[in-house]
Amino acid sequence: MNAQSDRQPLGGPIFTRPVQALAVFAGIAGLLIIWRFIVGLGASTALNDGYPWGLWIAFDVVTGTALSCGGYAVAMLVYILNRGKYHPLIYPALVTSAFGYTIAGLSVVIDIGRPWIAYKLPFFWHWNLHSVLLEVSLCIMTYTVVLWLELSPAFLEGARASTYSVIRRIGDIGLPVAERFLPWLVALGMLLPTMHQSALGSLLLLSGPRLHPLWNTPLLPLLFLLSCIAMGFGAVVMESELSSKFLGRKPETDMLAGLGFAMLPLLGLYLGIRLIDLGVRGQFGALFAFDLYSVMSLIELALFVMAGVLMATDRRRRDAGNLFRAAMLLVLAGALYRFDTFLVAFQPGPNWSYFPSLTEILITTGLVAGEIAGFIVLIKLFPIMEGEPQVAGAGS
Amino acid sequence: MGISRRSALKVMAAATATMVGTALSTHETQAAAVVGPAPDAVGMLYDATRCVGCKACMVACNEANDVTPDTSASDGLWDMPLDLSEHAKNIIKLYRDPGTGAQSFVKRQCMHCLDPACVGACMLGALQKNEKGIVSYNPDYCVGCRYCEMGCPFNVIKFEWSRALPKMVKCELCRHRIAKGQGPACCEVCPVGAVIYGKRSDLLADAHQRLAQNPGRYVPNVYGEHEVGGTQVLYLAHVDFEKLGLPAYSDESVPTRVRTIQGTIYKGFVAPVALYGLLAAMVLRNREKPGSAKAKEGQP
Repeated sequence: MNAQSDRQPLGGPIFTRPVQALAVFAGIAGLLIIWRFIVGLGASTALNDGYPWGLWIAFDVVTGTALSCGGYAVAMLVYILNRGKYHPLIYPALVTSAFGYTIAGLSVVIDIGRPWIAYKLPFFWHWNLHSVLLEVSLCIMTYTVVLWLELSPAFLEGARASTYSVIRRIGDIGLPVAERFLPWLVALGMLLPTMHQSALGSLLLLSGPRLHPLWNTPLLPLLFLLSCIAMGFGAVVMESELSSKFLGRKPETDMLAGLGFAMLPLLGLYLGIRLIDLGVRGQFGALFAFDLYSVMSLIELALFVMAGVLMATDRRRRDAGNLFRAAMLLVLAGALYRFDTFLVAFQPGPNWSYFPSLTEILITTGLVAGEIAGFIVLIKLFPIMEGEPQVAGAGS
Repeated sequence: MGISRRSALKVMAAATATMVGTALSTHETQAAAVVGPAPDAVGMLYDATRCVGCKACMVACNEANDVTPDTSASDGLWDMPLDLSEHAKNIIKLYRDPGTGAQSFVKRQCMHCLDPACVGACMLGALQKNEKGIVSYNPDYCVGCRYCEMGCPFNVIKFEWSRALPKMVKCELCRHRIAKGQGPACCEVCPVGAVIYGKRSDLLADAHQRLAQNPGRYVPNVYGEHEVGGTQVLYLAHVDFEKLGLPAYSDESVPTRVRTIQGTIYKGFVAPVALYGLLAAMVLRNREKPGSAKAKEGQP
């Protein structure tokens, strides 16, 4: 987090073909969002009184923010385990996190029925302190701000390089201030995800009587927390390898292999706790009943195990393609666990069903497209990425 | 170390935050301790053996609460809800046993739980139990998040999906009529006294008296006496409650578990503040210092 970093803007043309294509998707989502506010949720979504929460909550919020835990996971590695060598991964991870959380926030605004009341949320005299959702909302709102503030040095460094003297001055004045407050923000940036990622699991404790026993455990908060850190590492590996492939940057094999190693104990802990919990609650029978619920659980567990096996040895972790597959499996495993808990395990009764509408799917797709486009534009304009800007021939 | 004096100030700031947090949460635990029926908790007693299925209560409910009709199942001709919805706060359903042919009507509406999941879910307290224990809704503090729907173990509270500016919809035991000294519309209109309004304690005594006086007529317990910690709407029936859509829930109220777990983690807000202090200390210790950056951090 020092100003004298090796971070450089990548430069180059901004509105490249991929960015244009992504912008089209984001644009479609924008129009559909307007449509959703005109016609209401009933006409635009497949949500119903049995499944009041659907794709936007289960994916954009619950899964999306877990995928955006890269900033959180790497920060813990660097500052708590004191592994400074991973520092170059922090800024790109923070950018992905900032976009992911912003999108989650946006999705919530689209999803809630009465967003014009939401301005009352920050006022503590209205708070119901028993509401887990309140904790989640306040934490996610605060953390989104914290993430962008954590990135402020990059923006201010960018401002210092501006051709306009006014903007240069903002950078000159702002940078020391940002540097001063950064450690406190970084600590907050580790506290808040610990709180709300576990609370995302706690949310479903309230649906306990209607949650399938394979997922209905008091350990939901712990399992959600462990899986989000693992997913965060997985997302960082994927993001880094994709950047090196498509932006022609030198792959950070050493560091990524290290991340793979860091994921192993998390994976083991998650699997151990999950299995012991199932055993203690006497659910092994349900696990091998081979109905929908047992099959979904087994797929989750298998994905976690496969990810672990692919990363088991140092040689496997240093094989970029192999590590990428492992990270992808891990991310999928965590995503499926979250989807299952929120949509499959939740049983409102036999008369209810839910599959997302086209509008819901297109809005989610468009938001993710916007996120990727934003990431590409940001790393070209501001000093986010560290290391050699261009390595010819290293693009595979 | 250059961090000592400044961080001392910050530790003091953190300590202040802890105290504020503790104060807030003491207030919270006191509130949490009050579970159980309020002394003048009111409710309804529905006796399925008396109900003749005339649905007069549904008409009266719609009239008293300005509920819009649901004509989707009747080609737009008349009000014909198939389940509780934004168009029905109260509904009479018929259960017929496919084997024995035994049948029973069942009236569904908000159960007015003693410790309701929806109230625990609600972020800004739009849903609250009033002094009579009625679970009431104030749209001014509702953001439409529908977490109450995720929580309600009886699938009662509904959302106005058809509106661009929606609200939540649920039976509020005609609290506007009760305020005027009347009873709930459904109870006042019922021609056979299948559903009656009164204090919960009186209704519970009445229900047990009916069970005692008519052995064999009823399933021998009062649904809502203990389920999910107790509800203020009580049921008597001659058919298994589960078949009437009233699941065999445990006696633990729905929010108990989440309150215990979250309450333990966040007791006094001490843990988060302590964790923040610890994290901040480690960040300050382990961060890269400008200049000395790479030399110190090279270690694996």
